[in-house]
Amino acid sequence: MCTTCGCSATDEIKIQSPEDFEKLNIHNHNHDHEHSHDHSHSHSGSKTIIEIEQDILYANQLLAERNRGYCLGKNIFAVNLVSSPGSGKTSLLEKTLKDLKAEINFYVIEGDQQTMNDADRIAALDIPVVQINTGKACHLDSDMISKAIMKLNPASDSILMIENVGNLVCPSAFDLGESTRVVIISTTEGDDKPLKYPDMFSGSNICIINKIDLLPYLNFDVEKAKEYARRVNPNLVFFELSATTGQGTEQWYSWLKKQILN
Amino acid sequence: MHELTVAIGIVEIAEKEAKKANISKLTKIELEIGTLSGVEIEALNFAWPMAVMDTILENVEKKIQTVQAKAKCMDCNVSFEINNLFDHCPACKGYSKSILQGKELRVKSIEF
Repeated sequence: MCTTCGCSATDEIKIQSPEDFEKLNIHNHNHDHEHSHDHSHSHSGSKTIIEIEQDILYANQLLAERNRGYCLGKNIFAVNLVSSPGSGKTSLLEKTLKDLKAEINFYVIEGDQQTMNDADRIAALDIPVVQINTGKACHLDSDMISKAIMKLNPASDSILMIENVGNLVCPSAFDLGESTRVVIISTTEGDDKPLKYPDMFSGSNICIINKIDLLPYLNFDVEKAKEYARRVNPNLVFFELSATTGQGTEQWYSWLKKQILN
Repeated sequence: MHELTVAIGIVEIAEKEAKKANISKLTKIELEIGTLSGVEIEALNFAWPMAVMDTILENVEKKIQTVQAKAKCMDCNVSFEINNLFDHCPACKGYSKSILQGKELRVKSIEF
C-alpha cells in the first residue's frame, strides 16, 4: 500500500528475468506477512488501552533492514535510482554499465509499472537483470526488492543498481534497504524541482544533473538547482553529466568504483 | 486522495490488533501524525467515515495527536519549529539541520 498517492500493490506485481518472460513462465506473488507483536496493556476503570505504537510503514522498514544486512554481509553496494519519468535513468544506467562492466560486477533490478523494455535494454549488455512490474503501484517496496534479490542471487563485491519507478513523490517514502539513494534531475525539467519535491531530495545522498549537453538550448540554471537542493539537504553530493555524450561521467564513475573498494 | 489509503491502513492495523487481543468492539483509537508526514489531517478526517464504514473502527472515537515538526541547526545548535524541509535556521540562516520530530505516522493505541 502506498500512503502517498493511494495506489495499491496487491497481486499484480511481476518479478521476472527476461528469460522468464521468454518462457511466459509468469508467477503471481502474494504479499501477506504475519507479524507477531507483544503489547503492554494498561487498565483504567473499565477501559483497557492497548499500546500499539506501530508505524503504518513498519512492515516495509523491517524488510528494508533485512535487505540492507544481506547486502552488507556480501559487500554488495546497492544504489536506489530515483527520478521523474524521462530524466534519463535507464540511459545513464546503460552508459554506466557499458563503460564499467569490465571492472565491476553489476546486477540490475528494473522497476516499471508495465513492460520488459528496460530489462531487455540491460540484458542486451549481458548484465543479470530482473524486471519488477508493479502493476498499479507507483513505487518499489522492500518486499519486491527482497524477492528480486533472491532471484538475481548477486555475487559478493558487486554493485546492485535498482532503477525505481519514475516518480518523484511516492518512492521517497519507501526504504528498499539500499546503500545509497541517487536522485536524477535533467536539464529539461524545471530547476526548482528540489523545492517542489523536497522529500525526494531530503532522502537522497547523491544528486545527478543529467543532460548537461542540452544546457545551451535551455533555461535551466544548474547553480540555482543545486542551491535549491542544498536548502533541503545540505549534504547532497552532485554530479553533472550527460549520459548521451559521456561528458562528466568520469567523476560519477570514480565515485562509484570507490564504493566497493572500501 | 492518499489520506484515504492511510485511513485504510489504520483500519487494517486496528483490525489485526483487535483480533489478536480477541476484542470485537473498540471505543477509541489514538493516532500520532507529524506535520512533515505528508498527511493532511483535514483530508484524513474527510476520508475517515468512508474508510471505517462496516469495520471495527465505525463509530469509534478518533484522537489525533499532531506532532509539530522540529529541527536542530547543525551549524549553531539552535532547535526550531519547521513547516517545510527547506526552512532555514532562524538564528544563523543556515540550511543544515537534522529533523528531531514531525515525520510520525503512527497508530499509538486502541481502547476498548
